[in-house]
Amino acid sequence: MSAPFDLNDDSVVVVIGTGAGGGVVASELAKKGVSVVALEAGGRHLPEDFVNDEWDSFGQLAWLDARTTSGDWRVAKDFSGLPAWIVKSVGGTTQHWAGASLRFQDHEWKALSTYGAVEGATLLDWPIDAAEMAPWYAKAEDKLQVTRTNGRPGLPGNNNYSVFEAGAKAMGYSDVHTGRMAIASDEGSDRITCQQTGFCFQGCKWGAKWSAGYHEIPEGEATGNLEVRPQAHVARILHNDAGKVTGVEYFDADGNLQMQKARLVCLAGNSFESPRLLLNSASSMFPNGLANSADHVGRHYMRHMTGSVYAVFDQPVKFWRGTTMAGIITDESRHDPSRGFVGGYEMETLALGLPFMAAFLDPGAWGREFTSALDQYENMAGMWLVGEDMPQATNRVTLNTDVQDQWGLPVPNVHFDDHPNDIAMRNHAYAQGQAIYDAVGATRTFPTPPYPSTHNLGTNRMSENPEDGVVNKWGQTHDIANLFISDGSQFTTGAAENPTLTIVALAIRQADHIAGEMAAGNL
Amino acid sequence: MTQTLKGLSRRALLQRATAASATFVVGTGFLAAPDAAWAIETTALKPETMATLVQMARDIYPHDQIGDEHYVTAVKGYDTTEAAEGIEAGIAKLNAAAQAAGHDSYLGMGWERDRVDVLRGMEDDPFFQQIRGGLVTGLYNNKAVWPIFGYEGESFSKGGYIDRGFNDINWI
Repeated sequence: MSAPFDLNDDSVVVVIGTGAGGGVVASELAKKGVSVVALEAGGRHLPEDFVNDEWDSFGQLAWLDARTTSGDWRVAKDFSGLPAWIVKSVGGTTQHWAGASLRFQDHEWKALSTYGAVEGATLLDWPIDAAEMAPWYAKAEDKLQVTRTNGRPGLPGNNNYSVFEAGAKAMGYSDVHTGRMAIASDEGSDRITCQQTGFCFQGCKWGAKWSAGYHEIPEGEATGNLEVRPQAHVARILHNDAGKVTGVEYFDADGNLQMQKARLVCLAGNSFESPRLLLNSASSMFPNGLANSADHVGRHYMRHMTGSVYAVFDQPVKFWRGTTMAGIITDESRHDPSRGFVGGYEMETLALGLPFMAAFLDPGAWGREFTSALDQYENMAGMWLVGEDMPQATNRVTLNTDVQDQWGLPVPNVHFDDHPNDIAMRNHAYAQGQAIYDAVGATRTFPTPPYPSTHNLGTNRMSENPEDGVVNKWGQTHDIANLFISDGSQFTTGAAENPTLTIVALAIRQADHIAGEMAAGNL
Repeated sequence: MTQTLKGLSRRALLQRATAASATFVVGTGFLAAPDAAWAIETTALKPETMATLVQMARDIYPHDQIGDEHYVTAVKGYDTTEAAEGIEAGIAKLNAAAQAAGHDSYLGMGWERDRVDVLRGMEDDPFFQQIRGGLVTGLYNNKAVWPIFGYEGESFSKGGYIDRGFNDINWI
């Protein structure tokens, strides 16, 4: 069914990574008749392989290759070797994601114009806007079968949502609902609808949640134009004397170094691996790494302002039952500098199982203050806070030449310092989140610090001018015409919303552009 | 918990003991509950060391509704020849700190608050962090303790909660 391509076939597009960006761009290109080889560092894990067990699933799916951290973020202390909780699998982190699928607000495409210059931040307007993206968002919503879009119903609320909604209303919030989720809600869907199993983060065993791994990739493979090579870890992108990309070197499942020729490369390894690969591909022609003539590769790393609020009540909630991210309050996502910060944030319900609650409620804490909280696990409700963080040139992914991975390649070091705007926003969000639960009788609340990052953005950012970023409005690198970035690393700014829908919309749009340019003979 | 000790009566167990306290019965190569509800044989660690380790585990993550056997389960992996040296040294350090605070030993301190004071004093010690870090999974990732917290674990095989109370909250 899926077409095997020869290593020396230089007519293929090579896509590196098969998550929300790479999986979609690979499949969309294949559907348009383009020959694609997708190289995925992880293995193939289908719904029947997923396990309803937090640590077992973490071992199965998480990207655990060595990484290092620095900076003042607490993750560097609590989880020094695990800056991100993202996935190594066909389908990438869409295997693990909760499914929240939100469009950017119009003004968020124009962060610099809207917020003005912020000291210490490297804000920039995207070279695209809401009108440009609207049709691509619509295609993405249909692909993901996003609830509350195009006539699809919302999901029913679970216990955690009921507490959250009641608190939101008591606080006077008006925009609270069960979210726009890439989880099948419509009985007419070709997917099994949500069975309220919980364990969304561990991979949906029903396939109700959209994943590139088991929805998008098989569609692409069915065209006969897409070959996915799992357990293929790309080490280097190669180029010729004309400065055009010619292929990639990768370690195959047996650890042998292979070279796949390519007509064009789409890089979608996420905001750590994509810049790492560009930097590790340095050559005499590109001594600072590929696409790095303006020194932006790896910089402006964003991870969203995040945090959580958990609360204990005097009666059971059993918040682990049902959809992990079961509802949203969007009232605070507006830009309103009177709150003491620019940009906004979303509040979204979240539940963790007991094992992860023990690990993440207050990492490193011990004693009765901590255990008396876990004793009330059954009576807990919880929410996640996610807002726009400020891009900073010094928040960056660099090569740590002191540490090598299993292939002997320098690992990425992830440096992050909170910007004062991030801290002000987080403190506001903690206070509002705690007030929401206090309003419906919480006996104790917990402003929980950020987890290892799941939203990793900005390290190959999109810019109008080549001196301001790495890629143009199509995700094409300013320096190399046949090298594209297809993942969240191309984000100019992060907006308040969970990024996956935007990554998917950009990937659909990019595939359309690449296929058109190839057909026109321009690429 | 071990075949050789499991069938013993409390009386028989006490007869084999070299030391007993309100918390543990310690004998040659074993550690047991005073009521003989559980017993564990030690191979690499001294039984007294294991007893102190179990108490330390409870003091780090005290849950009064969780029996000692689950704390034993959480730390018994240290009873290996590879780990023993470091654990013996760490527990010796813990006892030295207890003695510096005017007590016979860590186990000899009757009040949790006194033991916690000693632990706070060595919070940044790699030994403390090794034990604490190991407990995060050793204690809380043990399926046997999940029901004590009300956590229901795996749900796919039961069809999720769509018909089993995902929205059964009745007090909000």
